[in-house]
Amino acid sequence: MEKITVDATIDNLQTVTDFATNYLEEHSCPMKVAMQIELVIEEIFVNIASYAYHPEIGPATFCLEFEENPAAVLMTFIDGGRPYNPLERIDPDTTLGIEERDEGGLGIFLVKKNVDEITYEYEDGKNILRMKKIF
Amino acid sequence: MEIKKEQQGSTLTIKVIGRLDAGSAPDLSKELTTALDGVTDLTFDFAELKYIASAGLRVLLVAQKRMNKQGTMKLTNVSESVMEVLDMTGFAGLMTIV
Repeated sequence: MEKITVDATIDNLQTVTDFATNYLEEHSCPMKVAMQIELVIEEIFVNIASYAYHPEIGPATFCLEFEENPAAVLMTFIDGGRPYNPLERIDPDTTLGIEERDEGGLGIFLVKKNVDEITYEYEDGKNILRMKKIF
Repeated sequence: MEIKKEQQGSTLTIKVIGRLDAGSAPDLSKELTTALDGVTDLTFDFAELKYIASAGLRVLLVAQKRMNKQGTMKLTNVSESVMEVLDMTGFAGLMTIV
């Protein structure tokens, strides 16, 4: 398992996506899937950076694990910020007209659309979000 | 991300180059607050936009709402990967994509 821990700030977003991209390339992840994974990582990390410890700054850990048959990547985000289950967020209504659409909820919605499995638990004071993406 | 603007009277084309993510979206948002003054015909040229995340979508939504009041807005040269995100979120139906 590959693991990185950084301060959860927007400035560190690139560090985490670069970390993931390197391993995805090593595991011959198709480019389209790699981009979807990058989007997933960004949306989750930005959520943690924006809300988990606000207005303080705290750490976020990201783990990557690869599976074969079928080829897939398991991704885990862990933070010690306030408890927050992103899966409880109501999906935006994508059929609404422009004036009715608001700006919230798009990130986690994109995450759900781009992974094959996603689970959340709060354990020992930590938010743990696990996701699986099949290549 | 890099932004290139071309303006002729009230017609403005904004070329967004690179990545429209949580790091860069605030820069575009800031740029638009003044750049859209007096504009009635806005075009985003996404020929060199490789990636968009929800932070970028929010900027587009705000721009679209503003342009609905003062003129028209369209997206051109949208790449496959950016289009996929616009489709997934229903944004493709809210905006004029040519």
